[in-house]
Amino acid sequence: MTSIDTARRQTARKTAIALISSALALFAVASQAPAETGLSPEEKAAQTDSAWPDLKSELFGDKTLIENTATIAIDAPKRATDPAVVPVKLTFDPKMQVRKVTLVIDENPSPVAATFAFADGAKISQLSTRVRVNAYTNVHAVAETADGKLYVTKTFVKAAGGCAAPASKDPETASREMGKMKMRVFKTDDPGVHEAQLMIRHPNNSGLQKDQVTLLYIPAHFITDLELDKGGKPLFTMTGGISISEDPSFRFRYGADDTGPFHAKATDTENMVFEKSFDNVQS
Amino acid sequence: MMRSILTALGLSLLAAGSTTAAADPSPPAPFVEITDGVYVRHGAVSMETPHNRGAIGNIGFIVGDKMVAMVDSGGSVADGEAALAAIRKVTDKPVQYLINTHMHPDHVFGNQVFKAAGATIIGHRRLPQALAARAAFYKQSMAEQIGPALAGAVTITLPDETVTDERRIDLGGRIILLKAWKTAHTDNDLTVFDEKTKTLFAGDLVFIRHCPVIDGSLLGWLAQIPELKAIPAVRAVPGHGPISAAWPQAIAPEEHYFKTLARDIRAAIAKGVPLAKAVPDAAKSERDKWQLFDEYNPRNATAAYAELEWE
Repeated sequence: MTSIDTARRQTARKTAIALISSALALFAVASQAPAETGLSPEEKAAQTDSAWPDLKSELFGDKTLIENTATIAIDAPKRATDPAVVPVKLTFDPKMQVRKVTLVIDENPSPVAATFAFADGAKISQLSTRVRVNAYTNVHAVAETADGKLYVTKTFVKAAGGCAAPASKDPETASREMGKMKMRVFKTDDPGVHEAQLMIRHPNNSGLQKDQVTLLYIPAHFITDLELDKGGKPLFTMTGGISISEDPSFRFRYGADDTGPFHAKATDTENMVFEKSFDNVQS
Repeated sequence: MMRSILTALGLSLLAAGSTTAAADPSPPAPFVEITDGVYVRHGAVSMETPHNRGAIGNIGFIVGDKMVAMVDSGGSVADGEAALAAIRKVTDKPVQYLINTHMHPDHVFGNQVFKAAGATIIGHRRLPQALAARAAFYKQSMAEQIGPALAGAVTITLPDETVTDERRIDLGGRIILLKAWKTAHTDNDLTVFDEKTKTLFAGDLVFIRHCPVIDGSLLGWLAQIPELKAIPAVRAVPGHGPISAAWPQAIAPEEHYFKTLARDIRAAIAKGVPLAKAVPDAAKSERDKWQLFDEYNPRNATAAYAELEWE
């Protein structure tokens, strides 16, 4: 484990606090909504004002988001089997030089699930992770290419309760195992394209559960920053929030040079740093 | 069970009229004496609705010479009240203990009825934390299932005493053995064994004909099945399914399902099949053996994948 520089640490901290505050504020509002409307979840979702227009201007200002291109595609189940573990796959046109991707779960208490920055030369063509979904929602993914243009895609996911429900089925084990990392590699059909998966044991607790004994919210505790290198060269970084599932997983395809070990470094809201080099990765 | 466990897991199904309330409650199933002094109420094989008042798990009581122990309190205050009334028809001995087998709403939402009747509530060491963390979530989600009136009447009531390993309780002329398990169905599973009649209240560690639900650990559950089987019971009361079944045969189908699920998911992981693609085919060969398979198996498969990829 190593420490991170102070400035970065403070930034992470501030980001985390801002995320928690806004999440709690939104959750409080959501809790006050009338619970019984007699409508089906689909009807409720259709009636609810979409959060997207506000999110879009907050995150991207008045910049144009280009729709319906092959630059970015999103794949998620229409109905989640578990709202706390919803797989999302993003695919990028390798020719378009995507540099940054923002994953937004519109109706979640903290909608920005993660922002990924792809290193120049990493040639990331696919990225899958797992997220929590708290209500029937659109999931938007916005890609920024090297020329600064923004491309958007979206999909609708039916799931509910993924954030408010307790994160861990077994908090004692989760706490004991926290920080373990695992790396896997997979064969691809293209010799120039490599595929790997980074997994990190972490409760990634949402902070949205109230302890009925203490009447306090169980503190949020999640990974805010992640850096992944290969052979000393960066592949991607992630800035994450509470919508990334417990035990975060990132599976990705890349076209960069495949020599040298993977190196992962994750930092969480309590300034804990988890770092590991993977010299011999098994498939 | 289904409704409450789905709710416990945060899943949401179409309301299908369940939120309209006002339906006349169906008469609860009677408590049946399955063996000397052991009474069990069959939980409806149904989603939780205002109509069934959440009475979907098997709950029961054991009558000793001096006192009564209730095992699980039902899925609503009304369900708990009906259970207490049933005890009073059998005996006027004090209901000294209410034992919760785990945190799910269909097993604990009647707790306050027994607390008010003077019972000491006992649960697994981890039950207070697990239930407290889920209390607000359960209250909100159960309002959508059993209706706001029934859910609103519930005060989430935590155990007074907890069990870390084992505890023997003498009800007068009969001893019951409480055992706390490692994480399996949930992280707070507790069984009750009546030594006199060799009857095991298995809670949701045993599902019969109902698709089992993993809200804890597949590996933990599998690892403890040999120890469960070794319990010298002649019959078990599963959390869901028939009110009594021969032991240890009763657990064989569940064990087969878990092994099949683990085998299929491990094969997918080894081949590099991602989670989203591994889930639809997992344990497909078990589909005809279980009720509610399509509702529960995909979620079990998702949980199993997330657990087994760390092996």
